[in-house]
Amino acid sequence: MGDKPATKGRPATKARSGARRSRPASTPAGEAALQGSAQEPEFVQLLTPEGERVEHPDYSVDFTDEQLQGLYRDLVIVRRLDLESTALQRQGHLAIWASLEGQEAAQIGSGRALRKQDMAFPTYREHGVLWCRGVDPTAPHGLFRGNDHGDWDPAEHNANLYTLVIGAQTLHAVGYAMGINYDGKVGSDDGEASIVYFGDGASSQGDVHEACVFAGVYHAPVVFFCQNNQYAISEPVERQTRTPIYQRAAGYGFPGVRVDGNDVLACYAVARHALDAARHGQGPTLIEAYTYRMGAHTTTDDPTRYRTGSEVESWKQRDPITRMRTYLAKAGIGDDDFFASVDADADRITGRLREFVIGLPDPDPSRLFEHVYAEESPLQDAERAWFEQYQSSFVGEGAH
Amino acid sequence: MAKQQGPLTGTQTLTIGKALNLGLRRALEDDPKVLLMGEDVGRLGGVFRITDGLQKDFGEDRVLDSPLAEAGIVGTAIGLAMRGYRPVCEMQFDGFSYPAFDQVTNQLAKMHYRSRGRITLPVVIRIPFGGGIGSVEHHSESPETYYMHTAGLKVVTPSTAVDAYFMIQQAIRSNDPVIFLEPKARYYEKGEVDLDAPVTAAEPLHRSRVVRAGTDATVVGYGPTMRVLRDSADAAAEDGRSLELVDLRTLSPLDLDPVYESVKRTGRLVVVHEAPTNLGPAAEVAARVQSECFYSLEAPVQRVTGFDTPYPASKLEEHFLPDLDRVLDAVDRTFSY
Ligand SMILES: Cc1ncc(C[n+]2csc(CCOP(=O)(O)OP(=O)(O)O)c2C)c(N)n1
Repeated sequence: MGDKPATKGRPATKARSGARRSRPASTPAGEAALQGSAQEPEFVQLLTPEGERVEHPDYSVDFTDEQLQGLYRDLVIVRRLDLESTALQRQGHLAIWASLEGQEAAQIGSGRALRKQDMAFPTYREHGVLWCRGVDPTAPHGLFRGNDHGDWDPAEHNANLYTLVIGAQTLHAVGYAMGINYDGKVGSDDGEASIVYFGDGASSQGDVHEACVFAGVYHAPVVFFCQNNQYAISEPVERQTRTPIYQRAAGYGFPGVRVDGNDVLACYAVARHALDAARHGQGPTLIEAYTYRMGAHTTTDDPTRYRTGSEVESWKQRDPITRMRTYLAKAGIGDDDFFASVDADADRITGRLREFVIGLPDPDPSRLFEHVYAEESPLQDAERAWFEQYQSSFVGEGAH
Repeated sequence: MAKQQGPLTGTQTLTIGKALNLGLRRALEDDPKVLLMGEDVGRLGGVFRITDGLQKDFGEDRVLDSPLAEAGIVGTAIGLAMRGYRPVCEMQFDGFSYPAFDQVTNQLAKMHYRSRGRITLPVVIRIPFGGGIGSVEHHSESPETYYMHTAGLKVVTPSTAVDAYFMIQQAIRSNDPVIFLEPKARYYEKGEVDLDAPVTAAEPLHRSRVVRAGTDATVVGYGPTMRVLRDSADAAAEDGRSLELVDLRTLSPLDLDPVYESVKRTGRLVVVHEAPTNLGPAAEVAARVQSECFYSLEAPVQRVTGFDTPYPASKLEEHFLPDLDRVLDAVDRTFSY
């Protein structure tokens, strides 16, 4: 176990805890937390920012060429979809957009680590996770346009709706995982797990603490996947915690591990490991994916008010896509034709998104009163009847 | 929002947002025990910039960028208040005041009662509330009913720049916990404010006010709906109908004397709010008016409110929110009896 941080280009040392299931709570609390962007923190890394493949004793995965190509393709497509969504917002087709730029590796790595039977609980920025779950890439746009509150079927794709109230979904994921336990769906490769996404800011919420307590107590097959993108809107992570987030796991009695969140291979490996542990009945894991939000918090935010251009620039050097592309090219896994075909795919899918969003009709007003309850709802029925009658009173009346 | 330099003085045209900012600034100057706390309120100046420039001028110990935890903000504010501070908490949006609900309703509201008056908690909780800003869910809630329903809390809401400037200072001076509801869709509405007027000379915090005299019907609103009321009164005047408008300003305690007085003259009452109908503020106003003004009423009290649904996606909010047409329709109804 290294005492020094992994520096660029050097193999990462093992994360402080989490590797060994037999001693899950071995997180030394006093260890100097390496925060901020001046130094690389200690984390699991399999692909350096320079695109060099490195090994890790606990997290080795034999990726096939096809898999590696697939991961690259995912990264490129979700970034392109994201950039297009930001553009659509600027052009007035979306009310707001929460960009994932910079966090592609964390989302694709963990998203692809999920097995079909696993359940994902996203926040509002996990467009890359939805992509991995097979949710149509246009699905979140109804929410961000103001048409709906998220209009995909969570059960169809095993991907829950977005949750905008910070941290609330962590408890849902734990409860879901408790249900997996009670259904006896753990203990084999066919076992199930849930994964919940949340931010560094969310780690301060009471709900998240309670979720960890429940997960620990009930030994729930859940993976807490915290994308530490260094900011909660304007507040740097130092406003949330003095210890690295992954080290909190020890206090709840399960392993915590920090991974290079801009390294798609490491994110895949660490998440796969944690998910498989969960499905085999070994309980929860907290993963902290150390990454950076390259863009604004949302399109309404102005990040120049609270962070420097040089900080953003330094993170550009650790871009998740560039390093993967360098690696694939050097290793002869991707040639120019391959990269061009990925770009062409991205063009096609992005074009479809644009067309869809621009063509999205306004919702019918009657939707207002639908689905408030699963069973009878006389109050809403009466209000709907009044509303419809009121609406019809305007027909042919001209401007009021 | 331009940064205020030097002493604040004279009569200025201010937005409601800027008036709040200056009111907070004045409160920080007047009393070293006043603290501001909330998410992004320091460096960023809040997502609506209501606290813009205050951390820079008063320091990180007076304007605290708090961890992202609403129960934590209110709970620690309670402790700070027990230590003699006067915390002003910002909830970033209405929907995010709910994670603090236990601390507000079980703790903040009840401490004075439980301690038989030995503990006072002069805590202000600022909540940008209401809809109409085209945002995503949880950003357009009208939570006033929950807070009005909770004994021990005071609830107020300004609808003009003048009220914003003085009411925030009065709320901070209050020894009771005050839920301070800011009509976020109106932050950019402007008004003339005399910044030199002493806060002690301002209209008392817990007073309702007739803001436009009229003779044919009384229309009551507060906060975000006051603009709808003014527009409705203008339109009604063109049709030859004179509406009297009351701005409640204080939702707890309610101050309904001006409403009773008005209804006794007009005989007709319409109450308007964005919060859903069921058990909403209008229900309380209607119940009290029917018992106080029974013989003066020419028609049943009409309510124009949000529907009893979750707040809809923003493309539907125009149908959810009370507007001029719905107010005038309700006024018409009071004339059909
Ligand atoms: C309970 C709650 N409080 C406040 C907010 C407003 N808000 C939206 S995003 C955000 C910051 C979230 O930061 P983090 O958890 O780090 O996630 P990130 O947005 O960086 O992905 C805040 C304060 C909210 N959505 N929910």
